[in-house]
Amino acid sequence: MEQTILFYVFAALTVCSAAVVVFSRSVIYAAFSLLFTFLGVAGLYVLLSADFIAVAQIMVYIGGILILLVFGVMLTRNATDVEIRAGTLNTLPALAVATAIAAILIVVFTQARDDWMQVRNIPSIEGTSLELGELLLTTYILPFEVAGILLLVAVMGAALIARR
Amino acid sequence: MESLLQSFLGDNLLTLVLYCALPLVFIILYELLAILGEVKISAFMQDRLGPMRTGPYGIIQPIADVLKLIQKEDITPKNADKFLFNLAPYLSFMAAYAAFAVVPFSSQYVGANLNLGAFYLLAIGSLNVAAIMMAGWASNNKYSLYGAMRGVAQIVSYEVPAAMMLVIVVIFVGSLNLQDIIVAQSGPIWNWIVFGGPKADVMLPSGQLFEASWINLVYLPFFLAAAVMYYITALAETNRTPFDIPEAESELVSGYHTEYSGMKFAMFFMSEYANMFLVSAVTAILFFGGWNSPFGTYVGELVNVQWLVPVEQFLWFAFKGLFFVFVIIWLRWTLPRLRVDQLMYMCWKVLIPFSFAIALIVGFLVVVL
Repeated sequence: MEQTILFYVFAALTVCSAAVVVFSRSVIYAAFSLLFTFLGVAGLYVLLSADFIAVAQIMVYIGGILILLVFGVMLTRNATDVEIRAGTLNTLPALAVATAIAAILIVVFTQARDDWMQVRNIPSIEGTSLELGELLLTTYILPFEVAGILLLVAVMGAALIARR
Repeated sequence: MESLLQSFLGDNLLTLVLYCALPLVFIILYELLAILGEVKISAFMQDRLGPMRTGPYGIIQPIADVLKLIQKEDITPKNADKFLFNLAPYLSFMAAYAAFAVVPFSSQYVGANLNLGAFYLLAIGSLNVAAIMMAGWASNNKYSLYGAMRGVAQIVSYEVPAAMMLVIVVIFVGSLNLQDIIVAQSGPIWNWIVFGGPKADVMLPSGQLFEASWINLVYLPFFLAAAVMYYITALAETNRTPFDIPEAESELVSGYHTEYSGMKFAMFFMSEYANMFLVSAVTAILFFGGWNSPFGTYVGELVNVQWLVPVEQFLWFAFKGLFFVFVIIWLRWTLPRLRVDQLMYMCWKVLIPFSFAIALIVGFLVVVL
């Protein structure tokens, strides 16, 4: 009962704020409503028993990406006179790409599993961090380390560009 | 605690909401005390008496202050972004309060006993950054904007060493659950992590056995340094002196909340003080035993009154938290403010290398010992 109410709260939060992101003319409004989209998605992850992913979502997207985004918008707007445009452009190509992506997603969701419509009982929320940590450091150690090195290279590149 | 509430009210949504609202009662009472503490401690440090007129020794001064704030006119600047301007103070307090969800007030009360408690604490702190930025931008005032930018740069930088300090304790205990971290420090004062952690085997609430012996004394210097460094980063994350650059009165009027008045200012004020208690409580949880009594036993256990034990645990927790809040206030009236470049030097060239070094050493020792 409580879970159902919470699901609809989080779902409404996600969808409404995502709509603001898409339809808002002001970049700063779009960026700040992205905050609530990320929060809503984190809540949905918790309801799906993916607690680690939920907290990582808040940490990475709100704490990192969103802050950087808003910072960028604020700084470029006041320091330089570059007008950041938020309008409707290239309607036809955008519509075609969006329709194609939506079609692919719908086909994948409906064809990959035929029981996607049924509500399944999920096990009660338990910690996933232990299993995740073990898998990352045993089975998936190579992709994990490669991702780490990639991020390190990206950070060094960013620092190099910033010093120029 | 939850079962106690349920026996009174039944198992429904109201019980859940009340259960979640308990820390709010604590925060409001604590804030009244902290307002009085701030004016009185600053007065004594400057050889003054402080407020003396309202009540004996001025102890009802915080209530008078709150009444004054409620009566104040609610001003929204003409060119401000009205919606974001009004949203920011509440988002700021929401962020501070959300972190209290995982803070264990005693062995019986914790809002949500998350297995990821420590990680959640780190993540939810970033919401406050968004609120500060929202306030600074929406005010449409150069002081507010500069204050917000300084604040965000400072908090984002100091999140790195703060996270490393948490990681050090998590590596040592082997659990992200804050109750596990506290129970690992149960027993007398020398079992606290700041004194090298437990000296005998402990059974953690999550079911795993934490093996320990007197050899843990080798951790003492590293954890002592980590505790001090965590406290420094905590000061920076709450924007308190000597790191109050975002609100520097002599340069920026009062930073990102320059344009706020009345209850909206009060929300920022409440969130700042709630954050102060939060970082103090986290310092106590990570390094100073959380709700553990320093004597290793409780009066309730000695006289065999079981319900007294959680009450005592709560009192110890509140005492430790309030003590560190007192130190924050004490430092505010003792130290001058840092410059921005000194602040960044402190973070990136001192705290971060040392925290990585300590994390490496502690990780090595955990594997070897």
